Amino acid sequence: MSGFKSTDRYIASRDLEVAVNAAVALQRPLLVKGEPGTGKTVLAHEIANSLGHPLIEWHVKSTTKAQQGLYEYDAVSRLRDGQLGDERVKDIGNYIVRGKLWEAFESGEQTVVLIDEVDKADIEFPNDLLLELDRMQFFVYETRQTIKAKHRPIVLITSNNEKELPDAFLRRCFFHYIRFPDRETMEQIVQAHYPDIKQDLAREALTVFFKIREVPGLKKKPATSELLDWLKLLMIEDLSPEVLRSKEQHVVIPPLHGALLKNEQDVHLFERLAFLSRRG
Amino acid sequence: MFASFVLALRSAGLPASITEYLTLMGAMKAGVADYSIDDFYYLCRATLVKDERHLDRFDRVFGEVFKGLEPPEGMPIQNLPEEWLKKLAEKLLSPEELDKIEKLGGLEALMKRLQELLEEQKGRHQGGSKWIGTAGTSPFGNNGANPEGVRIGQQEGRNRRAIKVWDKREFKDLDDTVEIGTRNIKLALRRLRKFARQGTPTELDIPETIRTTANNAGYLDLKMVPERHNTVKVLLFLDIGGSMDEHVRVCEELFSAARGEFKHLEYFYFHNCIYERVWKTNRRRNDNMTPTEEVMRKYGPDYKAIFVGDASMSPYEVSHPGGSVEHWNDEPGSVWMERLTKHFRRSAWLNPRPRNAWDHAMTIGMLRKVMENRMYPLTLGGIDEMAKELNK
Repeated sequence: MSGFKSTDRYIASRDLEVAVNAAVALQRPLLVKGEPGTGKTVLAHEIANSLGHPLIEWHVKSTTKAQQGLYEYDAVSRLRDGQLGDERVKDIGNYIVRGKLWEAFESGEQTVVLIDEVDKADIEFPNDLLLELDRMQFFVYETRQTIKAKHRPIVLITSNNEKELPDAFLRRCFFHYIRFPDRETMEQIVQAHYPDIKQDLAREALTVFFKIREVPGLKKKPATSELLDWLKLLMIEDLSPEVLRSKEQHVVIPPLHGALLKNEQDVHLFERLAFLSRRG
Repeated sequence: MFASFVLALRSAGLPASITEYLTLMGAMKAGVADYSIDDFYYLCRATLVKDERHLDRFDRVFGEVFKGLEPPEGMPIQNLPEEWLKKLAEKLLSPEELDKIEKLGGLEALMKRLQELLEEQKGRHQGGSKWIGTAGTSPFGNNGANPEGVRIGQQEGRNRRAIKVWDKREFKDLDDTVEIGTRNIKLALRRLRKFARQGTPTELDIPETIRTTANNAGYLDLKMVPERHNTVKVLLFLDIGGSMDEHVRVCEELFSAARGEFKHLEYFYFHNCIYERVWKTNRRRNDNMTPTEEVMRKYGPDYKAIFVGDASMSPYEVSHPGGSVEHWNDEPGSVWMERLTKHFRRSAWLNPRPRNAWDHAMTIGMLRKVMENRMYPLTLGGIDEMAKELNK
């Protein structure tokens, strides 16, 4: 069967392809977890691209309520219009503001819905969406109508593991954990993004990058997106690969480390390690 | 047809249910797996595993069920921490057996030898599945609970293929590294919420709007109020070290749940009993002490103080000056405890030891008296009770 495959810009492992295709075939949500910066959000764009469906993004924040994804009733403007004697006021439907899910349900073709960082919201948020995601329909109390999906959208949910998700919610999803890519895959990813990068620079940079990830006690390990940013910087600065090559096995602080280390404690740790290795 | 697989997953502690099983069947019917065994494995994984903590366990069960291997005897399949194993061995082994182990060079050497044996096994590539240590005659056979030793992934498939995907078990070090079980604790802690409206007005205040609109001769007069936020303030005192080591896990769960749930959360560590000083980081406890008096000055009586500790120590540590095991204390711990409970309007003690064990340690009774009986077990029910008490 045809389905989602790696593209020249996005390298998906076989297990991810199977998980996406299963979610598409059974029209169930796919929950994607993984270290920050391993391409969870980009995945939605790629699915939408490769299947040729429009993408509807719903970015979840700590204040987001499940209801906002369905619809909101703008009582204030109705009150104001009532005051001004506007004709619109007679139809309550004029004051129902559609949410992202409604948009997806009403769409004339199948859509891809991304519910990004679901764990940022209140602990009850996933529970409030159970029925909507299961049946792909909901009821609008104000107008007494049921909104049903014309085409069941492909729902992709990402989580950063900040909160645990309820079992009932998990039961309805497919699950995929994006593993951190190994060196080989990483080389492919770098190739896909920067096809004209100098081979020896890429090789040295990857060595440094994986060495940094191995340093114990890092608060935030650099991930794919950090590596790509860093490589871009290295290319702009046009650094020679020799700068990256450390003569001994000692730890050195890589040039332009600001793109890789995002935490001042991590930078301190590196400075200490570099200091120790110079002395030793 | 795959029902036995799902049952095996369940007995290995993976929460797979009938819903997931039916989903898997549906996906098979839809042709997602496409007659490839690897795809079938990926599909099973995406359907039946819902948490990356379980991936390793899933790989092992998959390997067993679809290769017709016998599961290891006795213990359920899981990785045991080394410490735990050692303790278990000490408990289970008879003195003679321990002697034998001593002759082999002690437990560490034993573990090392086991490790070497495993390495050797990998190196030789003997083909077929190889089992170590189930026979029961080797010294490690006795505590036979170490699945690392008992069961190693098949290195070379019967059909001479490279290592199978699930035998790689790439998710191994993820098992049990993330915080778990905090969701239920968070829900229990929710009882401690106290809502108040603070900050910029963003919500429509309907009763007030109706009132002012009526006063305004029917002309709309909007009134806004700030959104409600949880304003409860919590001060955690955590006992650390010594006998608390056994309870580290549950304390960590409580701590991470509390951190996620309360905006105003402060915490301090103490050892056994609170004296004139507490600390915030254990690594630098000697040069980074906070006087308990300062804690009381800084955090007002409206903070809810929660002490977490097993309250099990020598009675002198509570009742006598100089009783502390770590330093010379001028005043006994009970005096400091009384000061704290008097200062904070609401306080409670959470004890990780089960309630029926409380009579065994004299100091638990003493501290319960100081706390005026507000001691609760560190369980969901206990936290619930505590929240009710603190909310009074």
